[in-house]
Amino acid sequence: MPRLPDEPPFPQTEEEREAAMTGTEYQHPLMKAYWAQLDTGFKPIADVFEDVMAEALAILTREGLDAYLEAARVIGKLGRGVEPMLAFMEEWPTTARALGESALPEVMALIQRMQKSPNGKAITPFLQTLAPVARKLHSQERMGRYLDIALDLMERTTGSIHGHHTTFPSPGLPDFFDQAPFLLGQLSVAGLRNWVEYGIRNYRTHPERQRDYFSLQSADSRAILQRERHGTLFMDVERKLDLYLRGLWQEAEQLVPYSTAFDELRKPVPYYDKLGMRIPDVYDDAGTISGLDRYRVTLAHMVGHRRWTEAQIADNWSPFQRMAVEFFEDCRIEILLCREYPGLRRIFLALHPKPVEGACDEETTSCLRHRMAMLSRALLDPDHGYGDAVLLDYVRRFHALMAPDESGQRESSTAEIAELALSYVARTRRQSDQLARIHFADTVIDYRDDNRQMWKFIEEGDEEEAFDAKRKIEPGEELKGLPPRHYPEWDYHSQTYRPDWASVYEALHPQGNAADIDRLLLKHGALAKRLKRMLDLLKPQDKVRIRYQEEGSELDLDVALRSLIDFKGGATPDPRINMSHRTNGRDISVMLLLDLSESLNEKAAGSDQTILELSQEAVSLLAWAVEQLGDPFAIAGFHSNTRHDVRYLHIKGYSERWGDDAKARLAAMQAGYSTRMGAAMRHAAHYLEARPADKKLMLILTDGQPSDIDSNDEQLLIEDTRQAVKELDRNGIFTYCISLDPKADEYVSTIFGRQYTVIDNIQRLPEKLPELFMALTK
Amino acid sequence: MSADKEQYKVHQEPYYEAQGKEVALYEAAYRNRLPVMVKGPTGCGKSRFVEYMAWKLNKPLITVACNEDMTASDLVGRYLLEANGTRWLDGPLTTAARIGAICYLDEIVEARQDTTVVIHPLTDHRRTLPLDKKGELIQAHPDFQLVISYNPGYQSLMKDLKQSTKQRFTAFDFDYLGAGLETTILAKDTGLDEAAAGKLVKIAHTARNLKGHGLDEGISTRLLVYAATLIKDGVDPLDACRMALVRPITDDADIRETLDHAIDATFA
Ligand SMILES: Nc1ncnc2c1ncn2[C@@H]1O[C@H](COP(=O)(O)OP(=O)(O)O)[C@@H](O)[C@H]1O
Ligand SMILES: [Mg+2]
Repeated sequence: MPRLPDEPPFPQTEEEREAAMTGTEYQHPLMKAYWAQLDTGFKPIADVFEDVMAEALAILTREGLDAYLEAARVIGKLGRGVEPMLAFMEEWPTTARALGESALPEVMALIQRMQKSPNGKAITPFLQTLAPVARKLHSQERMGRYLDIALDLMERTTGSIHGHHTTFPSPGLPDFFDQAPFLLGQLSVAGLRNWVEYGIRNYRTHPERQRDYFSLQSADSRAILQRERHGTLFMDVERKLDLYLRGLWQEAEQLVPYSTAFDELRKPVPYYDKLGMRIPDVYDDAGTISGLDRYRVTLAHMVGHRRWTEAQIADNWSPFQRMAVEFFEDCRIEILLCREYPGLRRIFLALHPKPVEGACDEETTSCLRHRMAMLSRALLDPDHGYGDAVLLDYVRRFHALMAPDESGQRESSTAEIAELALSYVARTRRQSDQLARIHFADTVIDYRDDNRQMWKFIEEGDEEEAFDAKRKIEPGEELKGLPPRHYPEWDYHSQTYRPDWASVYEALHPQGNAADIDRLLLKHGALAKRLKRMLDLLKPQDKVRIRYQEEGSELDLDVALRSLIDFKGGATPDPRINMSHRTNGRDISVMLLLDLSESLNEKAAGSDQTILELSQEAVSLLAWAVEQLGDPFAIAGFHSNTRHDVRYLHIKGYSERWGDDAKARLAAMQAGYSTRMGAAMRHAAHYLEARPADKKLMLILTDGQPSDIDSNDEQLLIEDTRQAVKELDRNGIFTYCISLDPKADEYVSTIFGRQYTVIDNIQRLPEKLPELFMALTK
Repeated sequence: MSADKEQYKVHQEPYYEAQGKEVALYEAAYRNRLPVMVKGPTGCGKSRFVEYMAWKLNKPLITVACNEDMTASDLVGRYLLEANGTRWLDGPLTTAARIGAICYLDEIVEARQDTTVVIHPLTDHRRTLPLDKKGELIQAHPDFQLVISYNPGYQSLMKDLKQSTKQRFTAFDFDYLGAGLETTILAKDTGLDEAAAGKLVKIAHTARNLKGHGLDEGISTRLLVYAATLIKDGVDPLDACRMALVRPITDDADIRETLDHAIDATFA
């Protein structure tokens, strides 16, 4: 991307960025420079410029911002009016967040293609639906497929009417872009391709009917949609798969879908790496096995590798040898998986091909794969029915290695099983194995991953993980104002407190724009309505019956009867035979403590919003809900930068209403630094302890485990926080943690005992947080 | 209520597998008549433990299942109307204090807090129980002991015990047993074979892994006993598990399907 000569400096600190935003008429030099970079005279762009820049600055990296402005400039100069430029400026930041900034060149390439064809009019609809499409696609790989489909549609429907030479624009293309978000909610990318293909084939030369088809007006268009909507879509079963991994295997891996059926030759195969488990975006039923079960065994297989496979050094082995080792090892882990859950065997066997003995001609064809697949079948299936003596011998030897001995069940090992595999290759080697013609029929076992984790290559250096440049709050000056308060910290090694260990500085959180919070509340209007109904249910329940009243609203039959009995028995009857009702029996003080550490800047899994933004929405709703109930509550945030600098930021105090001041502080909430949770909790507790309430609740919203940069021993701050929970409990404070960390199971119960919830789907935090509060206090 | 001690005795040894040192520790608490609180998730063996201890100590046991509508009179006692006047009837707590029984208030958090305060004078050195209505002050029998149980997993601030109540008890923290022990218990308690019992426990663990992810509480030992009992009676294990383990604990379709799958995968 060409750089302008006077490249504007990127705002370095939060203050600069803020200053860049608040200058009017782009008084601020940075805003002025950005505006100049756009080089546009469009009034509608000027109107939204500040808003879109606010979003872009929050999302894009420095390079990304440059590319963004440059691309916008180019689009503005296409000669198609303001619309496409406006759409791009509004949609791109969210798109970049869903897919990564590096998706831009591909997007621009398609725009150029449309521009150079008669299809320039489709650019605007393309850009207008780009962000929702990106959210559905979830990965750049799938976005590439989508762009290919669009390009294919464009090229094959442009100008072909009556043999004219590329003069007419594609009639259906703009409609296709309009419908794309909906279509991708229904179909896998492959399904979308088929649906488009049908439309092209049948209506290439019928402009009207083509439009009907691509705007989903015609009956056959909807029928084909239904037909292509087969199989089990990943997006429909994502939660079930999460629960499956967690419940049956105690794994909390991220799942990342890929699109299927685009590589005609090499179909993509599941795999896993540091970023998660990669699986197809759709699975059709296979015979009696449902798509959901196919997903499950695919995941189970990968879980098996993660549990039992040890990576082997690949350099010394030939490709044939490696292939054999993979087949043997895959079988080993599947047998171990079946020991855990015997029911898996049925599914494995139903999906595993059953190669026919002798189906491969050893004279003319390389039969290695065929031999291996047969062996694999035989290792898993006691009823394989093969007669080959060598094969039977190896099946026996394999099971001997896996057989239980005195010490219980044996697992064998990757290395041991690899040895057996090598010996099998040597025993069965054929001259014809080298032939180019390979027997593939019945040798593909499609629930197995590509085994990339099974090998280590010494020659290649370990690739450095490329981390996205992270945005950071610049270490500013120490918070001015109140002197620090010192709190002890628990040292679990010596089982003693380190006195005055952590210094907590407190301050009022800076203010932003209260209207932002009102906008968030408006956005969740429907949810608020639903919560309101729940709140109303909560209220009557705090109607308390006050019995034993001489004067009251109703006769208390029970008591009256007993008084009568007393009277008859000669005792003095109790005259307090009435009762009355008092509402608002709730006497709860609430403290909401927000972890404002750096990790909140990351975007939530499967969402285009950061955890920080979702927390903001959730806290707004919660604050609104608590205000409705009338419970006194306070909100504070914290982060830390070593034990010498724990910052505690007041967002709302007990004596304050949930009004513009508090909202403005919440609106300005930002994240940075680390999570010294114990110190923050102790400080929050000293406020809560001072409350007169009968019940005291401290809610802690966090996305990770306690940690700080001056603490290398992970356990230290976990143990300290656990200690803090105990201290609070002794002082009558009920702590409850809402964790957004999918891996929280490893430590959260250590700290909070049973008093926690892990929210897996962070996108639902805004509704979950208030619901949780209501459940806790009903 | 008759003050016949014998009827409250536990005559047959209840089957109980110790999780740790709790039996000896309970004996020590009883020797010194310290009040005891047993904490733990539903169906993990709290009641069984208390029953076992009562048997072991050969003391009468009076159990009260607490609920929201319970009043102090339900514990202490009240006057009843009779043909020829009124008659005082001791409540279970009073009976226990008179005859020297172990009084077990099960799931005490279910009771309202103004109800639970009546136990306070029984838990300190006074060991007394005032019957205000009757104008009587009972001095607890030397054998009397108070035991309460509660489930801290309820996760409701409102259903937590008052600090002033908590501070009066010694406490045991129970949890579900380890897989090995839980299997043994199932097998011994119901006569189901160890292999099948192990599978039931495995399914319980699947659910316990999902605690906090849509499940408030996992599958309890008690539900496992139900499932084992049904299987023992000839019910198909798949049906027994669905009926006794899954349906009772969740209405969440995704979780139900996942647990059903775990059942199929385990009982193949
Ligand atoms: N340690 C144990 N030894 C024997 N049986 C147990 C044990 N723990 C649990 N059980 C079984 O679990 C069932 C439920 O236990 P219970 O004591 O009723 O639970 P809780 O009182 O904690 O809700 C018992 O009926 C018993 O069959
Ligand atoms: Mg594999």
